[in-house]
Amino acid sequence: MIRTLPTTRTYRIGFGVFAAAYFLFLFAPLVIVGVLAFNDSMFPSLPWYGFTLDWFIGKGPKKVGLFYNPMNMMAILTSLRVALGVSLLSTVVGTCAAFLFEQEEFRFKRLFYLLMIAPMVVPGVILGISILSFANSLGVLLEQSLGIDLRLLSPGLLLVTFGQSTFITTFVTLVIIARLKKFDRTLEDAAYNLGATRLEVIWHITLKYLRPSIIGGAAVAFLLSFENFNTTLFLIGSKPTLPIALFAQIRDGGSPVVNAVSVLLMFSMSVVALGNLYLSRKSDAQ
Amino acid sequence: MMNSRKRKIGWGFVIFFTPVFLWLALLFVLPHLELLRLSFLGTDYYGKSGVTLENYAAFFKEPAYWMTCARTAVYSIIVTLIILMIALPMAFYITKVVGLRVRGLLTLMIVVPFWVSVLIRVYGWMIILRESGIINRVLIGLGIWKTPLEMLYNDASLMVGLVHTNLLFMLVPIIGVMDSLDNSLIEAGSNLGAGKLMIWWKIIIPHCMTGIMSGSIIVFMLVTGSYITPALMGGKNSQWFTQQIYNQFIIAFNWNQGAAFGFLLLAISSLIVWVALRITGQKLGEVVK
Amino acid sequence: MPIDLSVRDVSKRFGSFTAVDHVSFEVETGKFFSILGPSGCGKTTLLRMIAGFYDFSSGSIAIRGQDMAGVEANKRPVKLVFQHLALFPMMDVKENIAFGLRRRGERGVAVRRKVDDILDRVGLPGFGDKKINQLSGGQMQRVAIARCLVLEPVVLLLDEPLGALDLKLREHMKVELKKLQTEVGTTFVYITHDQSEAMVMSDYVAVMNRGHFEQLDTPQNLYSNPATSFVAQFVGENNKIAGKLDRDGSGHFFITLEGGMRLLVAKPATLQAGESVEVFVRPEAMSINPGPTPEGMNKVTVVVKAVLFDGGNSRLLCVIEGSSKELLVRLPQAVPYEVKAHDRICVVWDPARAVCFRSAGVKTYDEL
Repeated sequence: MIRTLPTTRTYRIGFGVFAAAYFLFLFAPLVIVGVLAFNDSMFPSLPWYGFTLDWFIGKGPKKVGLFYNPMNMMAILTSLRVALGVSLLSTVVGTCAAFLFEQEEFRFKRLFYLLMIAPMVVPGVILGISILSFANSLGVLLEQSLGIDLRLLSPGLLLVTFGQSTFITTFVTLVIIARLKKFDRTLEDAAYNLGATRLEVIWHITLKYLRPSIIGGAAVAFLLSFENFNTTLFLIGSKPTLPIALFAQIRDGGSPVVNAVSVLLMFSMSVVALGNLYLSRKSDAQ
Repeated sequence: MMNSRKRKIGWGFVIFFTPVFLWLALLFVLPHLELLRLSFLGTDYYGKSGVTLENYAAFFKEPAYWMTCARTAVYSIIVTLIILMIALPMAFYITKVVGLRVRGLLTLMIVVPFWVSVLIRVYGWMIILRESGIINRVLIGLGIWKTPLEMLYNDASLMVGLVHTNLLFMLVPIIGVMDSLDNSLIEAGSNLGAGKLMIWWKIIIPHCMTGIMSGSIIVFMLVTGSYITPALMGGKNSQWFTQQIYNQFIIAFNWNQGAAFGFLLLAISSLIVWVALRITGQKLGEVVK
Repeated sequence: MPIDLSVRDVSKRFGSFTAVDHVSFEVETGKFFSILGPSGCGKTTLLRMIAGFYDFSSGSIAIRGQDMAGVEANKRPVKLVFQHLALFPMMDVKENIAFGLRRRGERGVAVRRKVDDILDRVGLPGFGDKKINQLSGGQMQRVAIARCLVLEPVVLLLDEPLGALDLKLREHMKVELKKLQTEVGTTFVYITHDQSEAMVMSDYVAVMNRGHFEQLDTPQNLYSNPATSFVAQFVGENNKIAGKLDRDGSGHFFITLEGGMRLLVAKPATLQAGESVEVFVRPEAMSINPGPTPEGMNKVTVVVKAVLFDGGNSRLLCVIEGSSKELLVRLPQAVPYEVKAHDRICVVWDPARAVCFRSAGVKTYDEL
């Protein structure tokens, strides 16, 4: 039943069919979405009217392509801004957390570690509503007691950035810890012995070693932020991110522009993810 | 021997601890405490604010609420089981049946769809399943039936969507744990006369139990917390509990009620996870690895 | 001669386990000092204490007269060559070597010059731009040493640096290290479990066991005049014969083997008749089939069990006739002996060349 035991042909074929069905199931929606982005039709469906790039670069009047669609382009830009912010914030905090848990000793460390993992376990919806409530209450409190009206506490991009960072930082921390665990600490001892201070050891030795996973963590953070919906839903203000904008369009039935956006997203995310994979393979080989 | 190195609580600890503390305190602990506080507040009939259990009571009194929650829980369990049924053979296929070169390719292929946003995948299913969608167009075109069938917005389509978007999270832990199963154990079982089913029952599944449980817990929590898939692919009459939370917060602006729902969601899903761990005799610590 | 390293009555405990037990010694400037002992004897702990990685509960450590208490590990004038070298893989050779210099604040051309100088000195001219993973085992050794020496430390500590090398390279590096130390003149403190390394390279060797020094002496003295049975067994090869010390009518001491054979013992003054003792005889102290035996020598008939050929270090594994006691006897290769298994031969030695200690119960590998 396994490759080291004799198997019947029907067994192997049966399994092969199962696997094929599995991948068909897995890829069908993606392929369909991708293909229909190039369909010269007003609707994201069959029949196929011919190949066109209009849904990307068409200027209208009938078919306005993605790149001339202000709503979607603005949403993409907004998502990029938020993702950059989240990536930066969660990578910095995540690196600190990795050092904290791998190199420092303190009481309640185990408990604190579980607390650090928790944001990954709590549903995104609940993260969203909790931060919304807290920011709101805090804002009300500040306004009533000190008369300050802090805009950053009301739904908007800043709140979205913080909200997404809550659980994305956990992901980044785990990515960096995985590599930090493999770090040979005698290199630190050697550096001390040669006269380095702790700061110099971290800067010249440890961070250089961690660089691939820090970049990897930042890439993961960027991707997770870009496509986040559940938490963003409750924290977003007037300027939507791409997932929020897409959701509204999809619920209304969608149009081939949405397909075009999807193709763009699929392409870019694959490039980033593959690049990350390639870099991590290279660093593992070192 | 390294534990004996002399290190005072130096600046290093402070620099690392402070951002982490701020992050967890301000973005996680305090918000949840605030949510908890809100869930116990409410305005009574006269418009006065005070501590009340009304939000929680309303959950149990109003069938729309607790039925939605029950439906969410039950469907989540069903989806988790379906995913398990698919993931086990697939993991087995990848780790034990195919050769090593094919395995690398397959491992990449199962991950690729998950780089794509849930929205796009759900959109794809909508295009396939809906009245004006692919399946209908093809089958009508082939003359198999005359009028288009609405295959979306029902429980079945919802399950298809949920299964599709959460498969990987079951596969990864199970592949991990199945990989650690030495092939020679299966060979020995076969050599001693066990049939395939027995080998699964007595050897493979017990070995993989921690992976099965951790995958199931992850999938269950993700499915109960889903929003996009139920909202876009589910029927009008089978709302998901997360949609209830959305309604309370954003539409009805009743944050107290919404907060209570949030905690109820957490409590009930944790309870189900705990029961599942007890039934299968696993301990949380071993599974969480 | 000035003292570079002074260790006074130093102890270190990990919980209830005492790793270093009241150790004291001094190393003069320019000497090659080794600490030799089996795994777990505490030598690595002692080294790390000197380097400043461990605190200790009592005693003091001073470098060139300056007490190191409170001096941080990264500020001590002792540099450590680690067991697995700990070369920084993310830097090339010249950056590795320059690391310590830069941390001291040195910059520019002076650094470059010092790096090139030290590379020349260790026999790796022009290696500056190579990556660490391009180096062979011996080359990595020398880079690790260069990295420390370029800082002109008062004492260079070496933690079993030759362990990972294969035999021929190890033999070569022993000579290289000795030559380097003599040339550079830095005080070396070297720890190892390999007694051949310690003996070949050192001016003084301290034999360490279970946290304390058994004997601190020149290699020659350690070999010829071991102070305890542990040293006798650990350094070089030795035959151990255990028995009860007896005295005959004319005042000569002896022990009796099973089978009745008596061996004369030249006993140290501290032992009494009736005590359990261990007598140690070196394989090369025994002569095979000599002519007439003068008085006062021990002569035994042995049966050869195996010929252990090892070039110049060949031995015969024999059993004393009438007992089960095994002896290793050196088989000189200069005069070819026609000896083979099952031969009966005579073996003679002078009791004065054997040492005798009270039974210490120290077990060697074949006794465990």
